[in-house]
Amino acid sequence: MKMLEVQDLNVWFGSGHDRVDAVKNATFDVVKGESFGLVGESGSGKSTILRAITGLAPDWSGKIAVEGQVIGHKRPKTFFKTVQMVFQDPYASLHPRHSVDQVLGETLQLHGFKDIDARVVKLLDDVGLGQKFRFRYPHQLSGGQRQRVAIARALAPEPDLLLLDEPTSALDVSVQAEILNLLADLRTEHNLTYVMVSHDLSVVGHMCDRLAVMKDGQIVEVLGVEALRQMKATHPYSQHLLAASV
Amino acid sequence: MTEQTMKQWLLTDTPTSRRHAKISAFYQGWLSFRSNTMAMIGLGILVALVVIAAAAPLLSPHDPYVQDLGNRLAPLGTDGHIFGTDSLGRDILSRLIYGARITLYIVALVALIAPVAGLLVGTISGYVGGWTDTVLMRITDIFLAFPRLVLALAFVAALGAGIENAVLAISLTAWPPYARIARAETLTIRSSDYISAIKLQGAGALRIITKHIWPLCISSLIVRVTLDMAGIILAAAGLGFLGLGAQPPSPEWGAMISEGRRFILDHWWVATMPGLAIFTVSLAFNLLGDGLRDVLDPKAGE
Repeated sequence: MKMLEVQDLNVWFGSGHDRVDAVKNATFDVVKGESFGLVGESGSGKSTILRAITGLAPDWSGKIAVEGQVIGHKRPKTFFKTVQMVFQDPYASLHPRHSVDQVLGETLQLHGFKDIDARVVKLLDDVGLGQKFRFRYPHQLSGGQRQRVAIARALAPEPDLLLLDEPTSALDVSVQAEILNLLADLRTEHNLTYVMVSHDLSVVGHMCDRLAVMKDGQIVEVLGVEALRQMKATHPYSQHLLAASV
Repeated sequence: MTEQTMKQWLLTDTPTSRRHAKISAFYQGWLSFRSNTMAMIGLGILVALVVIAAAAPLLSPHDPYVQDLGNRLAPLGTDGHIFGTDSLGRDILSRLIYGARITLYIVALVALIAPVAGLLVGTISGYVGGWTDTVLMRITDIFLAFPRLVLALAFVAALGAGIENAVLAISLTAWPPYARIARAETLTIRSSDYISAIKLQGAGALRIITKHIWPLCISSLIVRVTLDMAGIILAAAGLGFLGLGAQPPSPEWGAMISEGRRFILDHWWVATMPGLAIFTVSLAFNLLGDGLRDVLDPKAGE
C-alpha cells in the first residue's frame, strides 16, 4: 500500500519576474513501512518537497496523496496526526523560552490527548532522554539532546509518516550515529514510514531502502539502495554524485 | 534546608518540576541582574519611590495642600521646611512626596496601555502580513509622523485637561514605536523553525501569536518601556508645565516646576527641587532599563 504519492509536483517561490521554480515535476511513491531517501546537492529542492508536503511552502501544484487521500492546499487537523516532520537544525527548531515539558505537553494538548503527563514521560523514554531532562530549557541541552526532543515532539501525535529534513547534518559525527540508530530503532518499534532528505549518501545508504536523486529541482533517477551500494546508477549526474562521495 | 543546598537547588541543571524550573531560571536572571551595580542603583531608587508613595501620609512633615502665606518662598533649610516652601507657603518636601504618587500613577497607566497596544498591533501586523500589515503600519506611520508632545497637546485640548486625559494622550502617542519593535521581532520569529514546528501540530494563529511570539517580544518591549519611562515622566511633566496635565493644587512635579518658573531667579529651589526629583526618577528608569536589557535580551544571553 502506498503511504505517500507525489505526482508532477511543482513548487515555486515568488511571482512574476522573481518567481523561482524550486521543484519541477517531481514524481515518486513511498510504500508503507519503507524508508525513502531524497539526495542531491544543496539548492536542488529536496527540502522544499518536504515543506510542500507539510504545507509550509504554500505555492505548489500537482498531486500529493497520503494513505490514498489527496491533500488540498488547506490541511485538516487529522493530516498532522499522520504526517510529522523533524527539522534540520535542532538549535532553531525548539522555542528558546519553552522547557522540554512545555514543548511536548503543548503538542499533546493540541492533538487532544488527555493523559499528557504519562505520555510526556513515555516520549522522553522512547527517545532515550531520562526524566531529568523534562524540565530543562533548550539552552541547557546539547545538540544531540535537542534533536531527541525534536524527534519526541514529532512522535507525540503517533504519526505514520515521518519526514526527516537532514536530521543529523547539524550534529557532530559521533552524535549523528546515535541519532541515526535511534531513528532506525523507532522506525521498527512504531512501524513508521520515513522520507529522509540528506546530502550525505552514506547516511542514506545506511537508513533507506530506495532513494531519489535530485538536481536543479528535478528528480533525475529513483534507485534502490542495492544499486547505490554497487554504484550502478544510470543517470550521469547520479554516477557523478556516487563517484564524488566514495 | 541550609543556605548551601538552597543555592544548589536554585542553580541546578536538572530541575525536578515545572515550578522548580521557573524559579531556577528566574534566580539565574536575578543573579546576572544583581551583578550590574548601576541597574541595582536604579532599582533601589524606584523601590524607594514606591515605598515613599505608599507611605506618603507617614513620611510627609506637612499637609501638601495647606497654605501659609506668611511663610511663602522660604529658602532651603528653614525650620520645619527642609526644601523650603513655594509661592503659597506650602511645604515643598511634602508636595514632592505626594507627587511621587501621581508620577507612579502616570507611569503605571502608560506602561499598561502603550506597550500592550503596540504589542497587539505589531505582532498581528507582522504575523498576518499582507493587507493587514500595510494598513496597520500606515496608521502607525501617521502617529509617528507627529511630534509626540504636539499630538498629546492636541488630544488633551480635545479631551479636556486632567491627569487621566494626559495619560491617555501620552499613551496614544507612545504606542507606535512599540508596534514597530514588536513587528520587527515578529518578522524574524515567524519564519523560524520552531514556529513551523508548532504549525505542523495544527496550532492556529491566535495560539502562535500569544504563546510563541509574545514571550519573545515581551523582553525587548520591557527594556524599551523602562527606557521610555523617563520620556513619559518628562512628557507628563511637560503637559503639567503647560497647564494641560494635573490641575492645581495637585502636587504634580511638572506643574510644580511651572509654578516655580516665575521665581526661578530669586527663589531657585521652588522649581529646582521637583526638577531634581524628575531627574532622579528618570535616571533610575534608564539605569534599570539598561540592566534589564542585559538580563532579558535573548540575543545577548545563552
